[in-house]
Amino acid sequence: MRMQGLKRHLFEIGLILGMVVLFTTLLLSLVGASPLEAFSHLFAGSLGSWAKFSRVLNVWIPLTLCSIGLLYAFRTGLWNIGVEGQVVMGAIGATAVLRLGLEASHPLFYLLAALLMGMAFAALWALFAGWLKVRGGVHEIFAGLGLNFVAMGFVLWVIFGPWKRDGIASMSGTQPFPLELWFPSLPGWRVSPFALGLTLAIILLTAWVLYRSRIGLNLDAVGRNPRAVRLFGLSPSRYMLLAIMVSGALAGLAGGLQVTGIYHRLIPSISSGYGYLGLLVVMLANFRLAPVPFIALFFAALNVGSIQLPMMMQLDSSLAGVIQGACVLSALLVFGLRTLRKRGPSDE
Amino acid sequence: MYVSMRKLIQLATVAFATLVAGASLAADKGLTFGMLMVGPYNDHGWSQSHYEGGQYVEKKMPGSKMIYIDKVNPADRPGLTIPMVVDDLVEKGATVIVGNSDDMKDGMREAAQMHPDIKFIHISGDDVLTGKAPANLSNLMGRMVYGKMMSGYVAALSSKTGKIGYLGPLINEETRRLAVASYLGARYAWTEVLKKPLADLKFQVSWIGFWFNIPGVTADPTQVARNFFDTGYDVVLSGIDTVEATTVAEQMRKEGADVYSVPQDYIGSCETAPASCLGVPYYNWGPDYVKLFSAMQTGNWKPTWTWSGPDWTDINNPDSSAIGFVKGSALNAENAASLDQFIQGLGDGSISLFSGPLNLQDGSVYLKAGETASDKQIWYLEQLLEGMDGASK
Repeated sequence: MRMQGLKRHLFEIGLILGMVVLFTTLLLSLVGASPLEAFSHLFAGSLGSWAKFSRVLNVWIPLTLCSIGLLYAFRTGLWNIGVEGQVVMGAIGATAVLRLGLEASHPLFYLLAALLMGMAFAALWALFAGWLKVRGGVHEIFAGLGLNFVAMGFVLWVIFGPWKRDGIASMSGTQPFPLELWFPSLPGWRVSPFALGLTLAIILLTAWVLYRSRIGLNLDAVGRNPRAVRLFGLSPSRYMLLAIMVSGALAGLAGGLQVTGIYHRLIPSISSGYGYLGLLVVMLANFRLAPVPFIALFFAALNVGSIQLPMMMQLDSSLAGVIQGACVLSALLVFGLRTLRKRGPSDE
Repeated sequence: MYVSMRKLIQLATVAFATLVAGASLAADKGLTFGMLMVGPYNDHGWSQSHYEGGQYVEKKMPGSKMIYIDKVNPADRPGLTIPMVVDDLVEKGATVIVGNSDDMKDGMREAAQMHPDIKFIHISGDDVLTGKAPANLSNLMGRMVYGKMMSGYVAALSSKTGKIGYLGPLINEETRRLAVASYLGARYAWTEVLKKPLADLKFQVSWIGFWFNIPGVTADPTQVARNFFDTGYDVVLSGIDTVEATTVAEQMRKEGADVYSVPQDYIGSCETAPASCLGVPYYNWGPDYVKLFSAMQTGNWKPTWTWSGPDWTDINNPDSSAIGFVKGSALNAENAASLDQFIQGLGDGSISLFSGPLNLQDGSVYLKAGETASDKQIWYLEQLLEGMDGASK
């Protein structure tokens, strides 16, 4: 039974990949570029060297954190589409703390505090969407989307208003933080080993929480049948709020790491779209933890490798976006087929 | 025995020397330079002027090769940072990297520190002036203030309402400087050539928040330009990287409105708007790139801050002038001739617009009567001027 599920899952992933490759090949042939060359550039540009792979990891870290956070929410049946705004709020929270630590003598304290504040900010932001759901009956997708817009407005306001650079009014971001307030890296590394270790630890912890712990069991029960769990004395809304807060906290951590480890300042597009991309990762993973890190790695590699297309082949730079769009569409198509088949009488 | 040994050593030395010479010769041949452009390479504006500057280098320096990457900004390429993309260019053999946006200032400095063997040229920056630049980073900029004076000049000559709009990007020293230069040109034409009272000239600056439109983040330049024209402004000067103002003006002129625009940065910006474009001040980066790259190749690299001006004997000389001005077909013959005189005056120094008395926007003195601004006073302009409307910071 389990083997069959795995097989079907692998088949679906293969199908999606096959469709993406086919579509991309067709498109590249249409514009007169060599598909083989494009794919080899994508590959070499993401996994060709340690420097490149470490850049892939820089994308992988926030993407994985967002995806894992989403898993918690999905466990209780919540679509935490507000993840994008939670990344942004996490970045804002982290920036607020780092600004306090500008002249401080112990930067490491402020770095850690920044991450915690980012997580807290984002968790509260997510809690708001959850609260609207359980108390106000507002569907979390609408609440989340609305809050994403508010978060975006908020980050634009702080960058253009209270946190703007001296004598400058620009949407390009806040004054960069001094070197002491960057997450330290090893020589030759372009990725913070701390962030990497933290992400791996969170994956393991999540595996234990979701599949081995009582909380995980309860979350799952809430997701499967919120009415029935009441009979066991569990409060579904409490578990939903808990799940969406954890989801938000992990997104906030991603946002905090974007500030402390990647951009070293707050910018309007600080989330880099990893929240939305994370939703796709989780859907592709069939809402299970095990495939998430690998799918996130594939997406991260695609993100990083695609920069080679305009650089090496003078392909219009928007082609990279087209490839990613093809991924989304193929995935939706395959999932649509899956639902259709499930509904069909021959299934089971 | 000894002799033959010595001969052997001699031979080996010669062979080694030849090899070294050959290797360095090969290196001389193949200069690879990286070009980071903040916008699309074909934006008809700022980034395209750099792209074509790079093509000029390829033509003038045999064997040189440009690797470029455009849209280098976090909105277009999420997750991308300057040090990342520099790593990549270096891996592909680039020995000198040009970054064309003020937005790349911090990233360029960071990358330069990571790659001490590679040379960096940051366009529009001032790290060399402020002393923040490592030894392998230089700054280059064109004296677009002159080009903007010419823009303001033709705008005021062509305006019937006396209301000139300035579509500004974000606010910083550079953009204040260019808006002010435009105003000074317009003011000169209005009061000295047309002999009209200064009070009748309105010069409004509206900032969108970035160098080009980022939907949802900046104000939409198309809307801002249209709003100018709808409220009685009949000439809009563009201060942004792209050509929205020119597109809007052309469209409105086709609909019967009596409006004009003056784009900037790229020599070909007027081509798509023959009916409404008064002309375009443009950057010609090629010659300065060649100079800087050649200095690097001959081992004469020094961190320099270059603010390159027009070649006043012929501002449109592609091999010597860093700043030029192409007249648009919407500029009438009389005004075109007047512009030529203005350019001549700027060139021979008989017209000097950054001269006192000039007040800053808040009424404080910028230049006293008889005082002429130094390069630094122009470069680090802290406010707009008295008489201009719009935010200073």
